[in-house]
Amino acid sequence: MERDLVIIGGGPAGLAAAIEAKKNGIDDILILERDKRLGGILQQCIHNGFGLHVFKEQLTGPEYAQRFIDEVEKLGIEYKLESMVLHLGEDKKIIALNPKDGLFEIEAKAVVLAMGCRERTRGALNIPGSRPAGVFTAGAAQRFVNMEGYMVGKKVVILGSGDIGLIMARRMTLEGAEVKMVVELMPYSTGLKRNIVQCLEDFDIPLLFNHTVTKIHGKERVEGVTIAKVDDKRQPIEGTELFVECDTLLLSVGLIPENELTREAKIEINPVTNGAYVNELMETSIEGIFACGNVVHVHDLVDFVTQESFLAGYGAAKYIKGEKSNSANKFKTKGLNGIRYVVPNIIHPENVKDAVNFYMRVSDVYHNVNLIVKDGDKVLYKSRKNHVSPGEMENVKLSKDILQKVEGDELVFELEEVAI
Amino acid sequence: MIKNMTCINCPLGCQLKVEVDGEIKVSGNKCKRGEEYAKNEITNPLRIITTTVKVEGGDRPLLSVKTDKEIPKSKIFDIMKEINKVKINAPVEIGDIIIENVLGTGANIVATSKIQRAD
Ligand SMILES: Cc1cc2nc3c(=O)[nH]c(=O)nc-3n(C[C@H](O)[C@H](O)[C@H](O)COP(=O)(O)OP(=O)(O)OC[C@H]3O[C@@H](n4cnc5c(N)ncnc54)[C@H](O)[C@@H]3O)c2cc1C
Ligand code: SF4
Repeated sequence: MERDLVIIGGGPAGLAAAIEAKKNGIDDILILERDKRLGGILQQCIHNGFGLHVFKEQLTGPEYAQRFIDEVEKLGIEYKLESMVLHLGEDKKIIALNPKDGLFEIEAKAVVLAMGCRERTRGALNIPGSRPAGVFTAGAAQRFVNMEGYMVGKKVVILGSGDIGLIMARRMTLEGAEVKMVVELMPYSTGLKRNIVQCLEDFDIPLLFNHTVTKIHGKERVEGVTIAKVDDKRQPIEGTELFVECDTLLLSVGLIPENELTREAKIEINPVTNGAYVNELMETSIEGIFACGNVVHVHDLVDFVTQESFLAGYGAAKYIKGEKSNSANKFKTKGLNGIRYVVPNIIHPENVKDAVNFYMRVSDVYHNVNLIVKDGDKVLYKSRKNHVSPGEMENVKLSKDILQKVEGDELVFELEEVAI
Repeated sequence: MIKNMTCINCPLGCQLKVEVDGEIKVSGNKCKRGEEYAKNEITNPLRIITTTVKVEGGDRPLLSVKTDKEIPKSKIFDIMKEINKVKINAPVEIGDIIIENVLGTGANIVATSKIQRAD
């Protein structure tokens, strides 16, 4: 089978990319999704707070997803469910599998990678102890509770205070479980303030900073965990151990972009984000293969996923129509002094539509800093920030006009202290 | 009495001190919104509930729902009990009312996902 555009993944990223490509004149589009329905991880995120930027209202995850699913249906974009992509080649040949067609091959003119991310598991953490039942990632627990109606436990300890962990603390409490505490390794939470207040404080659930789980007890089922304080190097401090009785441990310790296919296609991956390097059109190191959403870098707001994915769809359409400029005029982006990474990584100013939204994360919590963008010594942008945190993605919008005037071969994003 | 709370209106998350004897006095807020927030939290804290209800004959076993308005925080668990009594039949569209005026709060419980009949 030959197709103009194949989109791998039918979450918010894939859906938005498909919609924008279609609106830009591409008719032959196929979305491949391994799940039984479209919508990605949003299907299980039943809490509200999605869509404030894109729709100016607070939606739940399924409501947000449905708006895009309805649009895909309305535009007549083809999709295949229960279709798992197994292989992607440098030549854009795709091998996929589904119950109806069996194994099938597609030659695509352009591809959009929108596979999302997965959660870090206990294996990535190395907590000693046997492997009893009752240890779940927070996302897996979310799926069991919200999609299948299976309560994963009655007495719960949560490791990690990212948003998914916080949301699950409230969810389990509402369903009658006792959430004993949330344990956080760092001295701060990467979760939203709103979630700390409305998911923990509302229910008097303690949040312990500078603590970790050092042991899981129990043979068949979790019977408890040992927690301990950690020092500056995040190492457990001897003598601070405490046994906490529980039957369930939820891990909310971070997400990793799902990039097996990307690696297979030999696309260059940024070791900091674990996602592909991308340019101003969200194109990877292989021409005609684009990427967007959590597969590129982990987002906390789905609204930004949507914006970035519209761009990938627009880029793919340009490429298929042969309208993309391949001029050698380009520069790179780089994060320095407190900016851990910047996306996108390469800019060809000619291809920019009106402006580029640069997304970035800081490496620590800082107060009273300027976020600045420099072309050599020239400051192109400066914005005062009272508070920045690794948990909140920052973004800087620079117009095509400004980008066309960049002289150096590198645009540097950094933080500087504000002299008071 | 003095109550400590965190303002949730922006990422700064000011630590607020709220004196609640007679007139409500707020300190620690860096802007006006903090004061307003603290006063509401003391006099009438409101929340949205999101949860699920069981579905009969659907393409999946659970329907996600929410209160279509904020409800008093003190009623969260009572409302959860009401919601957990319900079982509904597929199909369901987003926005369908599942419980009207739940416990006289003026809020409806409405569907937030679409469920088709199992075939
Ligand atoms: C457990 C969890 C909870 C989250 N909660 C929130 C939240 O509360 N609020 C928030 O704003 N964000 C939340 N996020 C972040 C959320 O993932 C993003 O906002 C958004 O869903 C990312 O969209 P996406 O399309 O990039 O990824 P996803 O939504 O993950 O979609 C990726 C899709 O690709 C499919 N796929 C992957 N590999 C293949 C393959 N090989 N073949 C075919 N299909 C494939 C997957 O099945 C999935 O449907 C959460 C993330 C996780 C993991
Ligand atoms: S008081 Fe104002 S500045 Fe402080 S957290 Fe609330 S909204 Fe932000």
